[in-house]
Amino acid sequence: MKPNVTKRMIKGTILANRQIAPEHFVMDIGSAWLARKSRPGQFISVRVMDGVTDPLLRIPLGIHRISETGVSLLYGVVGPGTALLAKRKKGELIDTLGPLGKGFDLSAVTRKKNAEALLVSGGHGVAPLYALAEAVTAKKRKAVFFIGAKTGKHVVCEKALRKLGAAVHVATDDGTRGHKGYVTDMLRKYLERGARDPQRTAIFACGPKPMLAAVAKEAERSGIPAQVAYDEYMACGIGACRGCAVETVQGIKLACKDGPVFAADMIKW
Amino acid sequence: MDLKVTIGKTTFENPVWAASGTFGNGDEFQDFLNIGEMGAVVTKTVTLRKKKGNPPPRLVETPSGLLNSIGLENKGIRCFKKEDLPWLKRSGTRAIVSIAGETKEEFVKCAEELTGRHRPDAIELNISCPNVSHRGGKHCLFSQDPVITERIVSAVRRSTGTTLIVKLSPNVTDIGIIAEAAQNGGADAVSLVNTYFGMAVDAEEMRPCLGNVTGGLSGPAIRPMALKAVRDAYNSVSIPVIGVGGIMTGTDVAGFMLCGASAVQAGTVNLVEPAAYKRILREFIAYLKRKKINRAGDLVGKLRI
Ligand SMILES: Cc1cc2nc3c(=O)[nH]c(=O)nc-3n(C[C@H](O)[C@H](O)[C@H](O)COP(=O)(O)OP(=O)(O)OC[C@H]3O[C@@H](n4cnc5c(N)ncnc54)[C@H](O)[C@@H]3O)c2cc1C
Ligand SMILES: Cc1cc2nc3c(=O)[nH]c(=O)nc-3n(C[C@H](O)[C@H](O)[C@H](O)COP(=O)(O)O)c2cc1C
Ligand code: FES
Repeated sequence: MKPNVTKRMIKGTILANRQIAPEHFVMDIGSAWLARKSRPGQFISVRVMDGVTDPLLRIPLGIHRISETGVSLLYGVVGPGTALLAKRKKGELIDTLGPLGKGFDLSAVTRKKNAEALLVSGGHGVAPLYALAEAVTAKKRKAVFFIGAKTGKHVVCEKALRKLGAAVHVATDDGTRGHKGYVTDMLRKYLERGARDPQRTAIFACGPKPMLAAVAKEAERSGIPAQVAYDEYMACGIGACRGCAVETVQGIKLACKDGPVFAADMIKW
Repeated sequence: MDLKVTIGKTTFENPVWAASGTFGNGDEFQDFLNIGEMGAVVTKTVTLRKKKGNPPPRLVETPSGLLNSIGLENKGIRCFKKEDLPWLKRSGTRAIVSIAGETKEEFVKCAEELTGRHRPDAIELNISCPNVSHRGGKHCLFSQDPVITERIVSAVRRSTGTTLIVKLSPNVTDIGIIAEAAQNGGADAVSLVNTYFGMAVDAEEMRPCLGNVTGGLSGPAIRPMALKAVRDAYNSVSIPVIGVGGIMTGTDVAGFMLCGASAVQAGTVNLVEPAAYKRILREFIAYLKRKKINRAGDLVGKLRI
């Protein structure tokens, strides 16, 4: 009766929970199961505290790093749930549900040699794209990373990405680091620099919806396929409540189950 | 320990069920639970034709509560019969199919689809969804009007012999009157509560948090109000009452049964803890043992006042 289990609710040990930027934290969770099963683009839903009803819902967070012993989550403190998460201590147990959803399809860059992945992040969107950059560079493919952030202080993962061998371009809203303006402007300029083989190039993006819509437009204009990780408000994370509906050209899809990664041209922007 | 409960013609192995809309059609929970061991699964409400549902965001969290405006998104009853119901029936649990319509005739047509090998163990009439509007009547929910409630229930009653549960809205002045109307229409039981009308506001953006502006509130935040509604209904009708609203633990189950519920449905908790059902039933059994009660049914309505 029981099918192959793909997701579980398990307690992982918090190995570290550290601040990496004014509003950003990284939590390392020890769990052999999550380490084995997680793929870039999938997410994990955590319960910030056990036995309380406020906050009630879990918090969905993209898988930021996959190691031998567990996974890491990178999160921005934006409200009561993430504020409490930031207070959790090393050594405590945390209730995790995952891995959930469908991740990025890497074959877009691995099936051809000399292929190039263009990764575009806005805000905390850098979280899942870092895991992807690790996977792409591990396969000896070129990764070009465009980081969009509010200010220079909000730019995270830049050093680690360079260490992986990724080329990194930064854009900030206020111009305190890199290009002043939208990260998608940089993507457009990069694409305009010369024709690219759509068989050998793929765009991957995660960030606020307007940014993803802009990426989808660039993808269409340049003919390069794009995959976007689409964060919709979620409750169950497993396809049961239909809360995370996304309108696509194939009708309503669920961000938690059919996504969060979708082909950019699937979504009705 | 005797946990059995009989409603209409159907006997359920235990009184802890999953509430409509919070458990999909069951299959999403197979990684976490043995569905066959559950007292019953009430499926996501289906309608005659497929429905697209409401615009996003469809969910927002509130203190100890969840506001939703899913809007009965579903693929229509014929598709449901083919793709989901056979699996659920085979799983071994009791399958309760929740149906809704925009008119009395649509409710009847839905019920008529559920016959022969597609007959579920029970039908739940959702006349109380806060997220859809329908034609006719001066109230925004069918279950706010005792006359319409009785009319719909009796029409469906005439069209099917299947055990019939009628799900009521708590957004009324006197739930007893509505429960009585359902009983007069021929319901085998009433289940309550569906969600409470509510809304949340993003003051910074000066906008409602939900795409549909308003929604239905569920979760532990509504439990005190749901207990009161169940007790009022229990005091008004002789058919069984099924308690729903904010159940998180086995003790909560006992609380609803003390207030008069013969069985309960857990909803929002499934979205937080997909294996919650197992824990809640285990806790409820532990409660009965602690209280030296051998039959769960002996608890019903035994509130000491
Ligand atoms: C699949 C998925 C993956 C995610 N991955 C990450 C991640 O890797 N790192 C990270 O920092 N965050 C991620 N998020 C967003 C994260 O879940 C929310 O920031 C978090 O739930 C906020 O909880 P809170 O209680 O702190 O704040 P709340 O008070 O719930 O929200 C604070 C603010 O954030 C907005 N918000 C909350 N959730 C969402 C959402 N899903 N979409 C758009 N706006 C939202 C609210 O409208 C509000 O303005 C992801 C979301 C999803 C659905
Ligand atoms: C996301 C969501 C979807 C729901 N969908 C339905 C539905 O389709 N039909 C229905 O009768 N009730 C629906 N409900 C109401 C629940 O079945 C239940 O009556 C209510 O949530 C109160 O119980 P709870 O506090 O345990 O969740 C829904 C509730 C939620 C949270
Ligand atoms: S979050 Fe429940 S269906 Fe996606």
